[in-house]
Amino acid sequence: MAVVKLFGAWLSPYVFRVIWALKLKGIPYEYIEEDLSNKSPLLLQYNPIHKKVPVLVHDGKPICESTVILRYIDEIWPQNPLLPADPYDRAVALFWIKFADDKSPIIAKLYRTEGEEQQVVVKEWLEMLEAMEEHALIGGKKFFGGDEINMVDIAFCMVAHWLGVIEDAAGLKVFEPYKFPRVSSWIQNFKSVPVIKDNLPDTDKIVAYLKRRKEMLLTSKSN
Amino acid sequence: MAGKQKHTRTKNQLKMGEVKVLGSWSSPYGLRVQWALGLKSVEYEYIDEDLLNKSQMLLKYNPVHKKIPVLVHNGKPIAESAVILEYIEETWPQPHPLLPKDPYERAMVRFWINFLDNKDKVAPFITFFIGVGEEHKKAVNEAKELLKLYEEQVLGEKKYFGGEEIGMLDLAMGWMAYFGVIEEIVDVKILDAETFPRLHAWIQNFRAHPVIKNNLPDHDRLLQNYTEKRQRFLAYSPHTENA
Repeated sequence: MAVVKLFGAWLSPYVFRVIWALKLKGIPYEYIEEDLSNKSPLLLQYNPIHKKVPVLVHDGKPICESTVILRYIDEIWPQNPLLPADPYDRAVALFWIKFADDKSPIIAKLYRTEGEEQQVVVKEWLEMLEAMEEHALIGGKKFFGGDEINMVDIAFCMVAHWLGVIEDAAGLKVFEPYKFPRVSSWIQNFKSVPVIKDNLPDTDKIVAYLKRRKEMLLTSKSN
Repeated sequence: MAGKQKHTRTKNQLKMGEVKVLGSWSSPYGLRVQWALGLKSVEYEYIDEDLLNKSQMLLKYNPVHKKIPVLVHNGKPIAESAVILEYIEETWPQPHPLLPKDPYERAMVRFWINFLDNKDKVAPFITFFIGVGEEHKKAVNEAKELLKLYEEQVLGEKKYFGGEEIGMLDLAMGWMAYFGVIEEIVDVKILDAETFPRLHAWIQNFRAHPVIKNNLPDHDRLLQNYTEKRQRFLAYSPHTENA
């Protein structure tokens, strides 16, 4: 049987996307934790372009970029499909996955910036939530995938879990549940799914880590 | 062989339904979609958008981004060029498949399309066009590094990025086919035949394909329009070194 390896980092939402997909499909894999401040030669060999996690290695061949990995997993192991079968519905799903991918990096800026710069980031993030509320989640579905989660739900993991964590770390309140009732419902539903619930990084650990990083950034700025 | 093609063409005509493309005459993202449909002999109605005065249709079909291209198939809209290309490939797999059969190779195509569409990878070429001074010099270097990557690691020894035939990645790289006009306007050459012989050869091959050749922005119109565009940017740029 071909060996599946996953290079990851304990706090990365992009890594968790891949973990969830592998678990939903029941695919055994070997997990290799990377220290992102001291990347292994193997990681650099497998991902020379970006030098990032996640990297999936299947049968010795590396695949990089979480969304590319998810699509590959879905094609190789078709059980529990993560994309709709209908081509149009699939296109709509891919549209929202791309949207989530384009907007997700903004979240890191929430704790890296301050004052006016931070306000710009907050505004962008709110626009993203509005698009989800007004366009992505219409139709009263439990999940983007209908009754079960699919790749779109997985792609929006940043909103479901990491946003709250980063708000804690940055001492900000960006997401007000009453303003985004559909998104709010979706987050509750998503985090109740056993595969998700049982596979989330420790919130306190991330908050502590981000606070330390912010302090380091501020210290280096003032030096 | 001709008989086989004719049969496939009829099949696509039956499957076609109503296909519209909302695009813009000089946008490489819109052209990707037109090229894909052309290669697959799918007839469509082309609607040119004035991006400074967007139509109600565009705003209705792409309310999230309000951008082109949008493909409308039997009244149902799809936005994002990379997503549209995948839809086209699934809906009209023949003739001229745009993706390899092997899932690993497909992953590589998707990886590279993601890579070159990333705004950090597009930025150096934009700054090359409208930047000045130090900013411009930096952009030239970054652009050259990217071109080297595309030449050596992505294209390699192949005729096309897709191998023997034009594939989805070739369409995504299509902006290079008329990058010469930008170089003409800026009066700086970076994609030269000596430094990038393979990319240069690729451009010639790509441009020569009948579907591409008939769907390239008019050279003179590009020259005039983009010269004006550049002048506008330079006039408003805080970095312009005033004579």
